[in-house]
Amino acid sequence: MTAALLETRGLCKSFGALDVAREIDFRLERGARQALIGPNGAGKTTFLNLLTGLLRPSRGSVLLKGEDVTSLAQAKRVKRGIARTFQINQLFRGLTVLENVCIAVAERLGAGGSMLRAAGERSDVIAEATRLLATLRLADDAGRRIGELPYGRQRLVEIAIALGLRPQVLLLDEPAAGTPSAESHILFDAIAGLPDEIAVLIIEHDMDFVFRFAERITVMVNGAIYAEGTPGAIAADRNVRAVYLGSAVDA
Amino acid sequence: MDLTSILLGGLAAGMVLFIVSVGLSVTMGLMGFVNLAHGAFAMLGGYAIVLSMSGWGLPFPLALAFGFAAVGALSVVLERLLYARLYRASELDQVLFTIGLVLVTIAAVTLTVGPETQTLVLPEWLRGQTDLGVVRYRTYSLMLIAVGAALMVGLWLGFERTRLGAQIRAAVDNRRMAESLGVNVRRLFTVTFALGSGLAAVGGGLGAEILGLDPQYPLRYLAYFLIVVAVGGLGRVSGVFLAALLIGLLDFVLKIQFPKGGTLFIYALTLALLLWRPHGLFGRRSG
Amino acid sequence: MRWWEALPWLAGIAAYFLFPNYLAFGTQVLITILFALSLDLVLGYAGILTLGHAAFFGAGAYTVGMLALHWGWNEPLSGLLAAAIVAGAIGLASGLVLLRTHGLTLLMLTLCTMALLEEGANMASAYTGGFDGMPGLKYAPLLGLFPFDLLYFRSQYVYALALLFACFVVVRVLVHSHFGLSLTGIRENVIRMHAVGAPVRARLVTVYSVSAALAGVAGALFAQSNAYVNLSVLSLERAAGVLIVLILGGYGRLYGAFVGAVAYMVLEHALAKAYPTGWQLGVGLALMVVALYARNGMLGLADALRRRLRGGRGR
Repeated sequence: MTAALLETRGLCKSFGALDVAREIDFRLERGARQALIGPNGAGKTTFLNLLTGLLRPSRGSVLLKGEDVTSLAQAKRVKRGIARTFQINQLFRGLTVLENVCIAVAERLGAGGSMLRAAGERSDVIAEATRLLATLRLADDAGRRIGELPYGRQRLVEIAIALGLRPQVLLLDEPAAGTPSAESHILFDAIAGLPDEIAVLIIEHDMDFVFRFAERITVMVNGAIYAEGTPGAIAADRNVRAVYLGSAVDA
Repeated sequence: MDLTSILLGGLAAGMVLFIVSVGLSVTMGLMGFVNLAHGAFAMLGGYAIVLSMSGWGLPFPLALAFGFAAVGALSVVLERLLYARLYRASELDQVLFTIGLVLVTIAAVTLTVGPETQTLVLPEWLRGQTDLGVVRYRTYSLMLIAVGAALMVGLWLGFERTRLGAQIRAAVDNRRMAESLGVNVRRLFTVTFALGSGLAAVGGGLGAEILGLDPQYPLRYLAYFLIVVAVGGLGRVSGVFLAALLIGLLDFVLKIQFPKGGTLFIYALTLALLLWRPHGLFGRRSG
Repeated sequence: MRWWEALPWLAGIAAYFLFPNYLAFGTQVLITILFALSLDLVLGYAGILTLGHAAFFGAGAYTVGMLALHWGWNEPLSGLLAAAIVAGAIGLASGLVLLRTHGLTLLMLTLCTMALLEEGANMASAYTGGFDGMPGLKYAPLLGLFPFDLLYFRSQYVYALALLFACFVVVRVLVHSHFGLSLTGIRENVIRMHAVGAPVRARLVTVYSVSAALAGVAGALFAQSNAYVNLSVLSLERAAGVLIVLILGGYGRLYGAFVGAVAYMVLEHALAKAYPTGWQLGVGLALMVVALYARNGMLGLADALRRRLRGGRGR
């Protein structure tokens, strides 16, 4: 069996007596379009944090492209090709939209630490950032400060930053949350337009989005994988529906 | 000086540090606010206590109560009007504001009372020495040790047994969770700040013989209070107690044995301790 | 490069001719500007809160002083270079260790480091002159041509101005580069910086070391221009003083150091000796007001004013 792009084996995490991740065995294949759903508090964001290195597991391992990255710090994992967005925007509020994306692009190109050339003169970084903004219909806002944008557009900048890293594994934490429905199609098109080899995992509560996007769905409950399968199978699964109806679901 | 005298002297100094610093530790642990002006409350309390005794003839215990109440009240006013605006501000702004407050307090005291050192006139029953059988030592210092120990026990009981104590502990551990459980965190801040500043005031007065009392007090001892709090762990009363005793004892001993290198040793030790345990010797468990 | 960026330098040159009797004071102002600039890199751009930056200022001053006093090394420029290297090395060593922490712990550690150096200098009196310091240092003429004159400070002023310019160019290039942009990123949202793969600690240690070297240059300038060094170069007063200067002028904007240093030192010169307690009260009040209402200092207020005027006119 070929190595999955992203994999966890027996991943566990507890805070004292609280188990937030239990023996998670997870695979994300090359080119995957996978969604992670589950009731609030199921541990989905925690799982994402474990995948990216924001949290260290109590037990188990994370493998990226077949290599064990469990002890690698966040930034090093990003360099190996994994990028994420946050549930609540993590942007550089005092900087402009263009600057936000330029920072990400520059880091990827290895220019983040360059000291001699003015940032405004690095045409390679700026050109790529501008192109990225265009795909997300943010070109007009390029010169505006983040704080001046409505939250929905800020969400798009959050995506742009992750895309600017040209990851091989893209983890999106509730990308549609906060995006007004008028603009969610921009989001969807951007994700749909991603290269086929990239593996995408989305945490979402918006079921329309999930069923349009996902080729495979993982259901997480109480820190463990409850069910996994094609959208059709999951939709038909009575247990999944019971688990979902048992808690509040944002539609 | 024999060993027991040194020990007792250091303990007394440590107790003063504890009484002043415990309020700072709890408010910093609770509010996450870097309050470099804490020493100013101690100084103001000291002045209130000393001056009410010499000016109004208040007996010592009453003067202590007056100092506690007066500085506590003042701190409530400052907290509601000014400090509260900076709770969400950056650490830099908090540092700047509190440094500014210290300078203002020092200047105000210098202008109104004068730059001289104030002497605490001890009541009759605290002067001289007491015979404990094992050793004879200054009554004043023994009183300090007793008060400090009593305070430690009192605080421990307060935190473990009272509702207010439970609320403070919960909010120090996880503010948002405490709020969602119905704790009125804003009011908790004010109450804790007032109690902490009041305690500092009492410490400033009680310790006037050991630490002195003059307008430069808040700056001279700022480093000590911060070291005690940082080493003891924010919000950890027992940690502050042990750290204060440790620092007080060390400083006292070193000043006698190695007058030249003593302070250097304390700074080096603090550096080493904080690097080893950034959350303080008894600080947060990592998770 | 905007046109008004030439103004401070023109003003500096003009001052040489307009105020020939105040060049000693002017030199101190220039030294303070350089010191504040170094702090701005670390505090204003990278967001590292430190109350111990005088450690590097003092390291530079004592390096230059000890070289001159004990080894007869009194050529100013090479001594300055040595000071920058020593201060930068101390910055690198302490940065590697300290920058693993943040918040109150980091603040305490910067204080402790500076206090350690101060106590160390006090104790090693054979080398440092202890409490009395090293008065009466003698330096060779600058470039062999321009002797330091302790009465009118003519050479010192030009020396300081030229060095300030050179160091400013370095800082400006750094700040406008991607390295500088990433520092702002670290300050604004360190979580995000980790999440875009930036080597955050390496960047912080780098800027801390560069800043330490620059502060060391300022300290060396101090020792060479004034021909003495004492413990005050390592004191909390000096560290707090430069912090106040930077905040009042406006941090994170490069020119805040200029505005803050000039304003503070002119006012201090005029008021502090006559009304020392009143001056303390005023500075304290100013800090409280700035922390509450004018976080971006004088330059920030100027910006806000300009925006309001522009907005008013546009209506």
